Amino acid sequence: MLAFLIRRILQTVPTVLAVVLLIFVLFSVVPGSILSSMSDDGRGPTDPQVVERMKKQLGLDDPVYIRFGSYIARLTTGDFGTSFRTREPVTTMIAKRMWPTLQLIFAAMTFATAIGVPLGFIAALRPGGIVDTVSMVVAVSGLSMAKFWLGLLLMYLFALTLGWLPSFGYGDGGLKYLILPAVTLGVSPMALLARTTRAAVLEIMTADFVRTARSKGMSETRVVKWHVMRNALVLILTTIGLQFGALMGQAVVVEKLFSWPGIGSLLVDSVLQRDIPAVQGSILVVVLFFLAINTLIDVLYAVIDPRIRYA
Amino acid sequence: MKLGTSLIIGGALFALAIFVGLFAPWLAHTDPVMDANLLNAEEPPSWIWWFGTDAQGRDIYSRVVHGARISLTVGIVSQLVNSVIGVTLGLTAGYWGGWWDDFVNGLTNLMLAIPSLIFALAIMAVLGPGLTSLLIALGLTNWSFTCRIARASTLSLKSQGYVQAARVLGYGDLRIMITQLLPNMLGPIIVIGTLGMGSAVLAEAALSFLGLGIRPPYPSWGSMLSEARDQITTAPWLSIFPGLAIFLTVLGLNLLGDGLRDVLDPQSRSRST
Repeated sequence: MLAFLIRRILQTVPTVLAVVLLIFVLFSVVPGSILSSMSDDGRGPTDPQVVERMKKQLGLDDPVYIRFGSYIARLTTGDFGTSFRTREPVTTMIAKRMWPTLQLIFAAMTFATAIGVPLGFIAALRPGGIVDTVSMVVAVSGLSMAKFWLGLLLMYLFALTLGWLPSFGYGDGGLKYLILPAVTLGVSPMALLARTTRAAVLEIMTADFVRTARSKGMSETRVVKWHVMRNALVLILTTIGLQFGALMGQAVVVEKLFSWPGIGSLLVDSVLQRDIPAVQGSILVVVLFFLAINTLIDVLYAVIDPRIRYA
Repeated sequence: MKLGTSLIIGGALFALAIFVGLFAPWLAHTDPVMDANLLNAEEPPSWIWWFGTDAQGRDIYSRVVHGARISLTVGIVSQLVNSVIGVTLGLTAGYWGGWWDDFVNGLTNLMLAIPSLIFALAIMAVLGPGLTSLLIALGLTNWSFTCRIARASTLSLKSQGYVQAARVLGYGDLRIMITQLLPNMLGPIIVIGTLGMGSAVLAEAALSFLGLGIRPPYPSWGSMLSEARDQITTAPWLSIFPGLAIFLTVLGLNLLGDGLRDVLDPQSRSRST
């Protein structure tokens, strides 16, 4: 198990390095992007002497490989640079925003799993029935809706019309502030989980081992519990894992809509104000989180299904 | 849903969106940008103003109709770029193999490791807002699934008898790829392309909503929703209609994609979700 874990972690190293290289190239090698970002909005230097000094300070005249080397060296010490906008270390800014984002993602995924998996399961047990049709219509609709539109409608109904929940903000970080953003973010993974669970259960229901279990005289409840659920779990877990990572990307819009102080809103504000170090740092953290979740899910597979370890 | 139902409903919704986009100048009642009149500000939906008016007195119906042009242009063009990149890389990687295959595989894995909206945001951060930046950002960030499918199809097709025969007849690599392999993998590519168009419409709306896509006063469904956010208490209709337009267009594309999968790629029906 330990060897599998180490191998799996080592496999992510080249991807992480490639992502770091890509982010570096995008923002540092594309002509003038850093300096233009400091001067376009009028807050940065426009005086040629100052630009020259900034270039020296940021090492922009050094060869690309030296700049990449020093970028990597800084990253390994946890130094993501200093924000152009706030003059604060980017690491500190990200650390402050991490918890609200994690809270939001976990809440959204809990909502998606709690509704989506049972919905898909019930739909698959009676394919073509009313529950199946309704749940699949809900699922397709959930996947087709713009998140910020759904969020606006929920905000209008539950916060502004009924007054049950706060319309935006983090407040004290309590549950009532979390519900609307989490439901908004959780609807599309819920829809996807319902569809995945339904497809997985339908496929497993026709498998040989299920037919064998039934022919042995096993009760339907036991067949579903011992054979269908356990085997469907691997596929459901894959979807949950992939969605966890994807939510980190989708949270950007929801955080901005609900003024939620997470990494997503930090990223958008930094992009709008062309604060390159903060953009680079936030993107890197999002991607690292995405890769870490995928690795964790792979390790969990091995726990659930021992055959995977030897594959 | 019965086989064919999603194809019909999805096709009809998408055809409607295309029709609205093509004939927007004739379908709209007023100019979506210029015809502002504060005397008509924030009128609710009525027989005169079908979808109501905004804070500048502009007709929301006309803006939604014109918004279809931008959303569909971004959806179709960016997905076409993605499909061309994905098919070219996947086809050549599967056909030639070796170091090129390893390189393309690495690149695909890298793309899959970055959430596409985040990557698009990064590109927009470098290029700045606007339609061209939007097309570049969305056209470069969503080709990895197409590439994987094209590569897998090429690997299974290249050992087929008719490809061997073409080689024996002296066809060049490029000719074999274009005339023998490409037509036989078009089914799944079209399905992914249709579903990808829906994602691109949503991504355009999201980026415009964040203030990085189409900028006001030009009407894009996303930027209209961004403006509507501040007036949700006084004029909720500003949020309802552009959002509904996005929903119906993406629903149409998703249903069309599902329906096309059943017809063009029936083997995947069992593994589809």
